[in-house]
Amino acid sequence: MNAHLQATGSVYSLAPETQTPERHTLSVLVDNEPGILARIVGLFAARGFNIDSLTVSETEHEKGLSRITVVTVATPKVLTQIKLQLERLVPVHKVHDLTAEGKALERELALVKVASTGEPRAEALRLADAYRAQIVDATTESFVFEITGKPSKIDSFIAIMVPLGLVEVVRTGLAAISRGPEGM
Amino acid sequence: MPQQMTGAEMVIQALIDQGVTDIFGYPGGAVLPMYDAIFQQETVRHILVRHEQGATHMAEGYARSTGKVGVVLVTSGPGATNAVTGLTDALMDSVPIVCLTGQVATPLIGSDAFQECDTVGITRSCTKHNYLVKSVADLPRVLHEAFYIAQSGRPGPVLIDIPKDVQFAMGTYYGPTEIEATRHKSYRPQVEGDTRLIEAAVDMMLRAERPVFYTGGGVINAGPEASQHLRELAELTGFPVTSTLMGLGAFPGSNPQWLGMLGMHGSYEANMAMHDCDLMINIGARFDDRITGRIDAFSPGSRKIHVDIDPSSINKNIRIDLPIIGDCGRVLKEMVRIWRSKTNQPRTEAIAPWMKQIDGWRAKNSFGFQNSSTVIKPQYAVQRLYQATKDRDVYVTTEVGQHQMWAAQHFPFEMPNRWMTSGGLGTMGYGLPAAIGVQVAHPDALVIDIAGEASVQMTMQEMSTAVQYELPVKIFILNNERMGMVRQWQELLHGGRYAHSYSESLPDFVKLAEAYGGVGIKCDDPAKLDDAIAEMINVKRPVLFDCLVEKHENCLPMIPSGKPHNEMILPDFKGDVGKVIDAKGRELV
Ligand SMILES: Cc1ncc(C[n+]2csc(CCOP(=O)(O)OP(=O)(O)O)c2C)c(N)n1
Repeated sequence: MNAHLQATGSVYSLAPETQTPERHTLSVLVDNEPGILARIVGLFAARGFNIDSLTVSETEHEKGLSRITVVTVATPKVLTQIKLQLERLVPVHKVHDLTAEGKALERELALVKVASTGEPRAEALRLADAYRAQIVDATTESFVFEITGKPSKIDSFIAIMVPLGLVEVVRTGLAAISRGPEGM
Repeated sequence: MPQQMTGAEMVIQALIDQGVTDIFGYPGGAVLPMYDAIFQQETVRHILVRHEQGATHMAEGYARSTGKVGVVLVTSGPGATNAVTGLTDALMDSVPIVCLTGQVATPLIGSDAFQECDTVGITRSCTKHNYLVKSVADLPRVLHEAFYIAQSGRPGPVLIDIPKDVQFAMGTYYGPTEIEATRHKSYRPQVEGDTRLIEAAVDMMLRAERPVFYTGGGVINAGPEASQHLRELAELTGFPVTSTLMGLGAFPGSNPQWLGMLGMHGSYEANMAMHDCDLMINIGARFDDRITGRIDAFSPGSRKIHVDIDPSSINKNIRIDLPIIGDCGRVLKEMVRIWRSKTNQPRTEAIAPWMKQIDGWRAKNSFGFQNSSTVIKPQYAVQRLYQATKDRDVYVTTEVGQHQMWAAQHFPFEMPNRWMTSGGLGTMGYGLPAAIGVQVAHPDALVIDIAGEASVQMTMQEMSTAVQYELPVKIFILNNERMGMVRQWQELLHGGRYAHSYSESLPDFVKLAEAYGGVGIKCDDPAKLDDAIAEMINVKRPVLFDCLVEKHENCLPMIPSGKPHNEMILPDFKGDVGKVIDAKGRELV
């Protein structure tokens, strides 16, 4: 989304951008109220920030809280702005930059449909086993694998399934949490 | 005591409980129950406007001149969309507004019902926060929360969309003291500044040799005490003070330490002081592009302190050395206390060479202009208006354009909350309704809208409102028969090709005033101007003053787009203004 826009650099700055963009995972704790997702996504669109991946789900029902995980690519200066702009939204409680705060745990789930017969089918099964993917649907000429892991592991699993009859993929987007005893 | 009542009655009761005495609105199908509730009480006065945009600007004028929340009530669909400009204006200029909109009944939402629109969707990005209330049980909490959010932290507009069936539904009302959620459950902006940081700031100030206070609308928003603390701090330190357009009045225009407004059309001394200072102390301003000009050449040799209640303003455009998050008033108060604990001397001596340099810049007289005895110069008109009104209880609003800048340059203020203008959004049509809002709040004051003949026609119909409620606002039109500011930019950037910036077919403003039931005055002679202004002030009715001024005057000084502060065009500029701005600068607005 709008990767070419320098969201917070004024047009009045005629100097070229010197910082390089980085990929960061933000965890955003919000009130689970109508329109909250539109507010977050609208902010990214209006200010020209990128969204690479977005995951939303209610996490604490009694308190009415949801956790939104956003993966974004931006320069350090823009990342600070993204965090501060998110925190300005009234229903946003907290924003944590998990990438900046240290190695966070990141997991994603994908469902991968592969259709083939004969040797490619056998090969797909062997590889799925090596990647600890589960078979969640099978016909004589297809499988649906369920795989969980770091995004890079899923990327590579998908890549090797391409020549073995990959039909389609769905991914959940990222769930991320910090390591150690502290909560958000 | 919790009480049973309808949703519509809750709205009015909540307004009363929040201390609201006046609201600005326009009825329609989706708000009839609320109008019925208004009809049956006398505590809240309703001002009937002529267009919903007018209602929003009136609420802004009301809020900015009192520090209270301005309240707007409009119907669904077109009522709500007409309010969008004013909501955006209030968001950009941090004005606390609560806007109540009617909505079609909940079962009809999403069915493209008559006068249905996605009000919360449309206004999500032009409000600080908004709500669609689907159950009457939520209504009391939302109403009180809206007032809390509108005025806490960085103020802004909050919209509540109320479906018609919710207005009719019976429910339990709680007052603001009976309900915990009067405050939002988690929204708690930081208001106290970190004392260690404030101390560090004072230490920097104690070592500064070329300091400048750069203050903004945040000081006004922090209440009159904040202006008081600023004055105290300026006196204690001896430092010079400049301010943005939005911050005018926080520091007295008559004080010798005052440098005048800064920015694109600010004074030479203010802009040069910003450029050459070694310590910039920004209190409640946001390094807007009208102020900074070219960012990579902005105040290259200074260390910068930034006090702001909105953390996202820090380091957004300009790199800050010492950020302090908090309410400007509280931080200024702490600065005063800590400065006092460290010294009882202003730094007058240490900064004497700096003040001398500033005097040199001041001597350029950058707001100067060539006066005339045959035609009224717009600057002269503002100066005469100031002279005629300065000893009165006066409030000034403006429209947008050259006249706005001339008003800011030539009409100094001694007190905060006296100056209402559309800064961030630059909304033509703001001034007339804003003046009405101010007059509603201050019935005995003299309220003047310094206007342009193009802008004022955008919301002219509110003259009718002024006449209806006997609000004697004075609309002082600097009539150059041009969209002067557009004409000026066309001269600067587009080879003098004046595409559509000529106000052809203007109304006869005197007759127009009379048609509305107001008073019209016309003047085109510098010698008769004072008398005409005196007549305007003495009339106790709404006045349209058609002041015919020089048609081709440029608003100077000016920092041309894409240039740094020290390359201002001054009034004595002799070259070809069409050649000052290069191709890069041309892309900027
Ligand atoms: C609603 C809106 N439309 C367009 C503009 C662009 N604009 C800025 S100043 C200006 C001309 C204003 O003319 P006038 O009110 O006569 O004031 P002057 O500059 O002549 O003093 C225009 C069209 C604007 N600021 N607001």
